[in-house]
Parts: sequence; C-alpha cells; structure tokens
Amino acid sequence: MEKEYAISMRGITKRFGQVVANDRIDLDVRWGEILALLGENGSGKTTLMNMLSGIYQPDDGEIYVNGEPVYIQDPKDAFEHGIGMIHQHYKLIEVFTAAQNIILGLDGEKMDLRQTNRKVREICQRYGFDIDPEMKVYDMSVSQKQTVEIIKVLYRGANILILDEPTAVLTPQESVRLFQILRNMKADGKAIIIITHKLHEVMDVSDCVAVLRKGEYVSTVRTADTNPQALTEMMVGHAVTLNIDRPRYPKPEKKLIVQNLSVVDGEGIRRLDDVSFTAYTGEILGIAGISGSGQKELLEAMTGLMATEPGSSVRIVEGAKETELIGMSPMKIRRSGVGMAFVPEDRLGMGLVGSMGMTGNMMLRSWRKGRGIFVKKKEPKELADKILSELEVVTPGTDYSVRKLSGGNVQKVLVGREIAIQPQVLLTAYAVRGLDINTSYTIYRLLTEQKMKGVAVVYVGEDLDVLIELCDRILVLCAGRVSGIVDGRSATKEEIGLLMTHAGREDER
Amino acid sequence: MSEEKKTPFIRLARRSAMDRRRMWIIRVSSIVFALILGFIPILLTGSNPLEAYGVIIQGSLSRPVYIRQTVKIAIPLLGCALAIAPCFKMKFWNIGAEGQITMGAVAATYFALYWYDRVPHVMLLVIMALTGAAAGGLWALIPAFFKAKWNTNETLFTLMMNYIAIGIVAWLQGGPWEGRKGSQLIPMFNDAARLPDVLGVHCGWIMVLILVVLMHIYMTKTKQGYEIAVIGDSANTARYAGMNVGYIIMRTMFISGAISGFVGFMIVSGANYTLYSGVANGVGFTSITVAWLSQLNSFAMIFISMMLAVLQKGANTLQTRMDVPASISSIITGILLFCMLSCEFFINYRLIFRKRQDTEAAE
Repeated sequence: MEKEYAISMRGITKRFGQVVANDRIDLDVRWGEILALLGENGSGKTTLMNMLSGIYQPDDGEIYVNGEPVYIQDPKDAFEHGIGMIHQHYKLIEVFTAAQNIILGLDGEKMDLRQTNRKVREICQRYGFDIDPEMKVYDMSVSQKQTVEIIKVLYRGANILILDEPTAVLTPQESVRLFQILRNMKADGKAIIIITHKLHEVMDVSDCVAVLRKGEYVSTVRTADTNPQALTEMMVGHAVTLNIDRPRYPKPEKKLIVQNLSVVDGEGIRRLDDVSFTAYTGEILGIAGISGSGQKELLEAMTGLMATEPGSSVRIVEGAKETELIGMSPMKIRRSGVGMAFVPEDRLGMGLVGSMGMTGNMMLRSWRKGRGIFVKKKEPKELADKILSELEVVTPGTDYSVRKLSGGNVQKVLVGREIAIQPQVLLTAYAVRGLDINTSYTIYRLLTEQKMKGVAVVYVGEDLDVLIELCDRILVLCAGRVSGIVDGRSATKEEIGLLMTHAGREDER
Repeated sequence: MSEEKKTPFIRLARRSAMDRRRMWIIRVSSIVFALILGFIPILLTGSNPLEAYGVIIQGSLSRPVYIRQTVKIAIPLLGCALAIAPCFKMKFWNIGAEGQITMGAVAATYFALYWYDRVPHVMLLVIMALTGAAAGGLWALIPAFFKAKWNTNETLFTLMMNYIAIGIVAWLQGGPWEGRKGSQLIPMFNDAARLPDVLGVHCGWIMVLILVVLMHIYMTKTKQGYEIAVIGDSANTARYAGMNVGYIIMRTMFISGAISGFVGFMIVSGANYTLYSGVANGVGFTSITVAWLSQLNSFAMIFISMMLAVLQKGANTLQTRMDVPASISSIITGILLFCMLSCEFFINYRLIFRKRQDTEAAE
C-alpha cells in the first residue's frame, strides 16, 4: 500500500445479525485531505468509522494506516495509530475544566495542569481554536464542548481525525468557524474524515466525497468534479428533485394565538420567556433555534403537557369563537374538538407505543371512544390499513411492533395518525430527523398538503436550508425568547443564524 | 503476518425476529434443561435424581388426595400471580403482594371471628371476601398514592409494607384476637366462616379459574387494560394520549391489591381456618416467579403455578422418603427461573464463535 494514504480500507464487511451494515467497502484518505463520507441514515457511515476508531472490529477486510496493515482492537489501539474520532454525543465531565477533560484517562501523564494548559493554548493557536483551558465544561456552549473534544483528540497526537456529523448542533456561523479550523488542520498535513448528510457542507469543505448506500460502497469522487444533484442521486440510487414546493394559500386567517407564554421548569429555570406569536391557516410556521432553546417546552405547553406561568395564553380561533387552551388537561384539549395534532420529537417515547402494532397505536387517539369498558378495535384497524397503504409503510403487518420498524416508517405511522384527526393546528417537532431523503420529502409533501387544506402547521426544525425552503414564516427562538420572525421566502441563513445566537437580543436593550 | 488477529472468542449478535414456534421450543427446552440442572443439588445430597423426580411426581399427583393437596397449594399462587400481572405490565414493581394477602386475611378474619353468628353462612363468606379484597386494595393503594404524588420508589415501599402487615398480625395474635390466654394463637374459625369444598378442594379453585378468564379479558380487551399497557411502555406516551397516569397507577394497584386480599381471604377461609403472622407464607413472592415465568399470560399461569405446586408438594414427600431436604423445591424453582430468564436472552441474541484462522493463508 502506498504511503501517501493515511487510511486505506479494503473490502471491509460488518454484519449485525442478518443485517449487513457494511458490505465490502473500500475507502482511501490521503494526508492533507478532507474526505466527506456521505450517505443516508442507515447507510453504514458511522459503523464504518467505528471500525477505524476501534469500537467495532470488521468481520472481513483489511485496514491500512500509512500503508501498514493494522488490526485495531480498541479505541486505545486507534490512538496509537494516530486515529481520533469526535463522536456526535460528547463525553465530557461537566464539573471539570477543559484541560482536565483533555488529559483525562491518559496513562502516565503527570497531573501538571500548568503544562497542559500551555500545550492546549499551543494547539489552539496553531489551528485557530478559541477556548480557555481553565473554563469549566458546564459553562460552555455546545460548540465550545465540541472544541474541547477536538483538542482532546489532537492532544493525544492524532493526525487522522474523524468527525461524526459535527455541524448537527452548530449554528451556521459556528459551522463556518469549524470548517476554517478543519482547513488549517488539513494545511498542517492531517487527514480528516467528516460524516455528514448535508450536501452544501460537503461542497464547501471537502476535497473528496465517498458515498455509501445501504451499506454498500458507491464510489469516491473529487468534490470539484461533482454537484449536489449528482451526489444526491449517488446517495439515493435514482434521480430525485430537490425542490420543495411552496404554494401560497389564498386567504390566510388567524388560527393560533399565543401570548406571553412562559414556562419555568422543576428546577426553577425559565425555559420559555414571554413568547407571543400568531399562526395562520394555510401557512407553515417554522421554528428555528439552537437545540434546547425552548422548542420542546413551547410545543408541550401548547398541548397541555407542561405547566405554564400565570398570564400565559394559547387560543385557537374558529370563526368568532376563541378557545383558551391554557389550564386544560391534554384530555380536555382532545375532547374540546379544537383539532390539535402533535408530532412530538420523541416518536417512540412519547408519540407512539413501541411495543404495540399500528392498530394499537391508532387507538392512542381513539381508545376512549364509545361507551362501555371495552376498546373498539375495528376503526383503528381500518385506519391502520389506510395509513399502511396510503403512506406505503413497510411492515409485516398492522400488529407488528412499531419499535421494530425503521425510523422512516415509524414517522409515517405517527404523522399519518395525527393527520387523520383532520386537525386545525398541526404541531411537529423535528419531523424529518433521522429520515432518509425520500421519506423526508414525503413528510414535506404531507405537511404542505395540510397547509393547503387550511391547517396552521408549526414546523420545529434544525436544518436551516429546509426551513428556508419549506416554511412561509420562520420564528427564531433564542434562550426561550422570540428573537425574531422572518419571512421564509426572503430570509437568509446568515440572518437566521444571527437571530439564533445572542445577537438578536442586543437591540432590545 | 506478524500481527495476530485478536477477535474475541465469542461474540453476541442480535437476532432478527424469530417465529413463535421456535420461541416456544426454546422456552420448553429451557425448562427441561433446568430440570436436568436440578440433578446437581439432588446428587449432592447423595440421591438418585431420576428416582427423586419420580418421588416428586408420585408424591404430588399419584393419588386423588395428593392432587387435591397440590391444587390447594397452586390456588393462592395462581390468584396472586393474576394480581401482580397488571402491575408488572405497567412496570410498577409491586412486590408487596405478601402484605396485601395478609391484610386481606386480617379483614376476613375479623368477620369470621365476630360476625359468624350474626349473618347467614353465604352472606358471611361474601362479606369476608369483599372486605378482604377492600383491605388488600387499600393496603396497596398507599404505595401507589406516594408513587403517583411524589414518585417514590414502589419496590422498596411495597416491600416495607409487607413487614408492617405481618407485624400487625403478630400483634393481633398475641393481643386483641388471642384465643386462650397465653396461647399466642387466634381461635379456629367457626364452620360458618369456612369455604365449602367442591370436588374435595375448597371452592377457591373455581374462583381463581374465573379470575384467569376475567384477567385475560381485562388486559386484552378493555380500555383500562389498554391504558395499563401504554403506561408500561412509556408514561410520556400515556400523558401525550391524555391519560391521567397517577390515577391509573392508583386504580391498577387497588385492583391488584384487592385480588391479593381476596387470595388472603381464600387462604384463611379455605385452607388454614385461622390467621397467623405467616399466613401469606411466601406466596406473594413465589407468585412473582409464576407471573414472570408465564410472561404475564393468564392461561400460562395455570400451568406454571401447578408446576411449582407439584415441586413444592412433591418435595415434602421427598424429604420423608429419601432424606432429601424439602428446600430442594426452592432450589429447583430458582434454577427454573434462572433458565427461563436467560432463554429470553437467547431468543433475542445469538452467539458467534471465532472462526478457525485458516483464512490467514490467503495473504
């Protein structure tokens, strides 16, 4: 094997039970190169990288580091070969400082924090990080925590870095900064692999793109020779249109009026602060914000699942009639007939019963119906059959536990059921998270259909490109407050990104 | 190649779905396997295992009178397993059936002792059954209330409640309800307070069989059974669906405690004809085993409770005939539980052994 390759993988195969997660995959990364590993959810990207970082071992195939064949037994082995992975979920000790976290678990390292601090500052300077080694982790933002994770890997002398969806939790501005750092590292001769499914990032930062599809290796192309459309087709395996249709609804009317909505959680932290907005019929109102800015609380407060502060008001307008929802239990809201549908973020932990089949899950909306002590199964069964055929849910049958279905099919069951109540308001939280491109577009289409039926759709999302293409208006939350509402047709990502961080708060003062 | 491959010798892999027939084959073979493992402790006592099993079967099933005694052991086990099932389905770990049985027995005993000459026979039994159920239900309601209101740990709470209940009986035994002074015993019930026999066993067996059917219908066909299943899966989903989780927990625990209390009534009125502090005699705990082994399936509980009763009854005969301690039945029950639980593991996972390293030559 040639030395210019930092990593070469040949014929890597990994099976989990009957599932072949990776099927004879080849991959090459040169020194001083950024490789984007692209593929839909479940295409085997993370599995492949976990084999590089020693978390799994391949069933078949060889790995070469710098031209030498290696067997990577565990993460420690990986570090010895200079491979470091930054996972999606950070593994930091909250009460430690950055420097303490960085040296944590290093054998034979003297606890000389002063020297560590100096070395950390050196690394920062070299690649353009901006972090104080003596800062405690609990005081850090998500992007600062990520920085600590990256420095941790560099500190251990890694020169092959793997980043698993590093921008999923970052604002656009933070992503730009991260990419600059990656370029600096590349200039320093390091080899970098980033796992992502955001096409514009691939185009922006990578030199080469390797595409996986359903556990199989499709091919590697030079970024300069390709475009998003071509990459998508490689990912999905057939031609797709990437445009989301955004028709205008003829006459929008006020449907959902939220005023001075505040939520204080059990620990006395103000999660929502004086939130006011109006959602109209025939519009998709997007809600953007860094994760944990109050999105979950907003939706749960509106559906009666979370207690609100005095003075909060959530009203549904029907002609001249206004129904106040604050103070109603979730059951009462359901019975009042205001038609509030809710697709929560935690699909199996909140929206569905994982151990039951589709029919049992349809009953979640209707189990109370009818007199007597017995449940009626006929209607839910019919509804399940209808959703099964209309949304093309892939399942062995309507009694097959939904927990065992794939993420996309789970979401179809959930969205299908919520739409079936013919809602006036449809609240959705991260409706396409973890879904493949095809299913994502099915969901966008369903939401747009609802909108054109005159439903007020609220779409809490994380991908700004999608929010800008799908939504009529976008409300931006920052630390539990509304930092701005922008028009989806004219807004830019940068504008929303600024509102997502504290910048939007300055002009309030 | 210098680098030796260090693949672990055994690895685990998740199985894809298995068909029902194979699942039951694995379960039945795990029971057989457990019985074979049971050879070891019997061998340690110096007896012939096959002979010992023979004696167990003989001592529990060979004569009508033995069968009756075995069924008598199985009745409270089955009844109490039915009581626990809805709690466990809800993932509310009620291990307080022992105390709920005891409190049911206390209430029934009160009427047996002081009302036997005031109301007709059948009426008295009905009053005893209803108050027994109510007492067991209320006893169970206490930990459920604290769980619903302040999310206390139900496992510890229900366990502690057992000892309080047993303590109460000990006090009654030596105090207010004591029969002959100094005897520390509560007098035997009047005939009016005893359950009549049907086919030689007190009629409790008919009632638990009816309960089996009722519980099956309750869990699979009713709205309340649906609520219990949803909460067991995810309390958040239940809240989302508009269910009042705290209320449902309390209601289910009341029902569970009430059935246990009813079992307590059957024990004092059908078997013991008196009350003493050991009235539950571990039934509340053994029935947890019954409920688990039968995967909360009401009909499977009939079979499992009979099996454990056979072991228990047969082991007594074993002790007298072959000098093997009767506690051998608890040991075998333990092995059974262990094997049945681990067989669930093999239903979900399979083992992969390291392949021979002859593929290396291909380099």
